Amino acid sequence: MTEIMNIIIELSDEIYFNLIKEERYMAFVKGLGLSLQLTLFAAVIGGIIGLFIALARLTHNKTLNYIATKYIDIIRGTPVVVQLLIIYFAVFSSTSLPRTTVASIAFGINSGAYVAELIRAGIQAVDKGQMEAARSLGLSYSQAMYYIIIPQAIKNILPGMGNEVITLWKETAIAGFIGLDDLMRAADVVRGRTFSNYTPYLVIAIIYFYITVLMTMMLGKLERRMRKSD
Amino acid sequence: MIKVVDLYKSFGSLEVLKGINNEIRKGEVVCVIGPSGSGKSTFLRCLNLLEEPTSGEVYIDGVSLTEHKKDINKLRQKVGMVFQQFNLFPHMTVMENITLAPVKLKGMSKEQAMEKAVALLRKVGLTDKDNEYPNKLSGGQKQRVAIARALAMDPEVMLFDEPTSALDPEMVGEVLNVMKQLANDGMTMVVVTHEMGFAREVGDRILFMDEGIIAEENTPEELFSNPKNERTQSFLSKVL
Repeated sequence: MTEIMNIIIELSDEIYFNLIKEERYMAFVKGLGLSLQLTLFAAVIGGIIGLFIALARLTHNKTLNYIATKYIDIIRGTPVVVQLLIIYFAVFSSTSLPRTTVASIAFGINSGAYVAELIRAGIQAVDKGQMEAARSLGLSYSQAMYYIIIPQAIKNILPGMGNEVITLWKETAIAGFIGLDDLMRAADVVRGRTFSNYTPYLVIAIIYFYITVLMTMMLGKLERRMRKSD
Repeated sequence: MIKVVDLYKSFGSLEVLKGINNEIRKGEVVCVIGPSGSGKSTFLRCLNLLEEPTSGEVYIDGVSLTEHKKDINKLRQKVGMVFQQFNLFPHMTVMENITLAPVKLKGMSKEQAMEKAVALLRKVGLTDKDNEYPNKLSGGQKQRVAIARALAMDPEVMLFDEPTSALDPEMVGEVLNVMKQLANDGMTMVVVTHEMGFAREVGDRILFMDEGIIAEENTPEELFSNPKNERTQSFLSKVL
C-alpha cells in the first residue's frame, strides 16, 4: 500500500515541480508554439524550393539539372544539424535576421531536397501520354505542366508530403543548437531548474507524439477527400 | 499540306526511319499499314514533332517544323492527334477535356467553347456525357471524346495512331464510323492502322511501311488486290 502511495506522491511531486511551480508549463507551451511555427514555415519554404528543384531536375537544361542534382546530393549527404549550424554561423551571421527566420530557412532548405525527390517521382509517375496529348493540342510545356501534369501528380505526392512534414516536425528539435527556445529546449530549461531525471523529456515526448498523431489524422482525411474525386 | 523530305529517325543506335519522302494533300485520307516495328507510329509522331527527326524535313503548309521549333505550339494547333491509349485527361470532365485547349490557346470564351464542344460531342455520337469523368466511359466512348477534343482546335489535318488497337472488338466499329464520317466531311487524315477493311474502304492512298521505309504506296484497290512488292505481298497474306 505504502509503495503505491509513494509512487503517487512522487509522481504528483514531479508534475508539480516540472509543470505547475512557477508556471513552468508555460515554457512547454511557448516551446510548442515555436516548434510548430518552425515546422509550418519550413514546410512552406521546403515546398517552394522542392517544386523548383524538381522542375529543374526534369528539364533538359544541363546546367539546371546539374545544380539540382548536386543540391539534392549535398543536402541528403550531410546531417541537418551541421547544415543548420553552417547556415546560422556562416551564411547568415552578418545579417540581422531573427533566428526563427534563419532556422525556418535552414529547415526549409533541408526539406526542399527531399520534397524535390517526392515531386519528381510524383510527376514522373504521371503517364507519358498525358504530356504528349497536351502538347499535341498546342499547349506549351509549362501550360501542360500546370493544367495537366501537376494536378495529377499531386495525388501521387500527397502521402509522401505528409510524411515529410511529420519528419520536419521532429527534426525541429535541434533548433536549440542555435539558441532557439523550441519544445526540446523547454525540456532542458525546466530540467535545469528542477533537476528531475527525465520527467521533462517524458512531457515533450508525449507532446511530440500527439502532434504527430494529429498530423497523421489530418493527412488521412485529406487523402480520403482526394480519393473521392477519382 | 504536309510534305516529308528525307526523314530519318534513330533512337540511339536503332535506326527506325530510313529516309521517308511523301506528300499528303489537302482532303486526302492516307492510311499507313505495315508490320509492328516498321516505324509507322514514329513516322506519324514526327509529323507533329512529338518525335524529333534525326535528319530531314517536315513541312506543314510549306513551313518547316524543324526550322521553326519556337513556333511549334502554334503549328501543332493545326495538327490534331488521336492516340492508341486515348490519353484523355483523367482529372477533367469530358467537357473540360474538350474546352481546355480552345479556351487557353484560341482565346475562346468558356461559353463559346462549350457550345462548340456540345456540337462536337453530338458529331461523335455522345450527347449525355458532358459532365462524366473519363474513367466512367467505355473505351470506344473515350476514343470518340479524344477525337472531339482534337477537333475542337479546328485542325487542318488529323493524325490517328492506331486509334482502335486498344479497344474491345465490339467498340471498334463506333470509332471507325466517326472517322469515316470525318473523312466524308473532307478532313485531311493520316491513319496508322491495322484495320485493313477501314484502310481499303476509306483510304485514298495506302502507304505500306517496312523496316523504316515506305516499301510501297498505291490506291487501296491496287495495293490490296495487286501488291507489287514482295514484302507487301507477304504482309497482306498474313493479315487478310
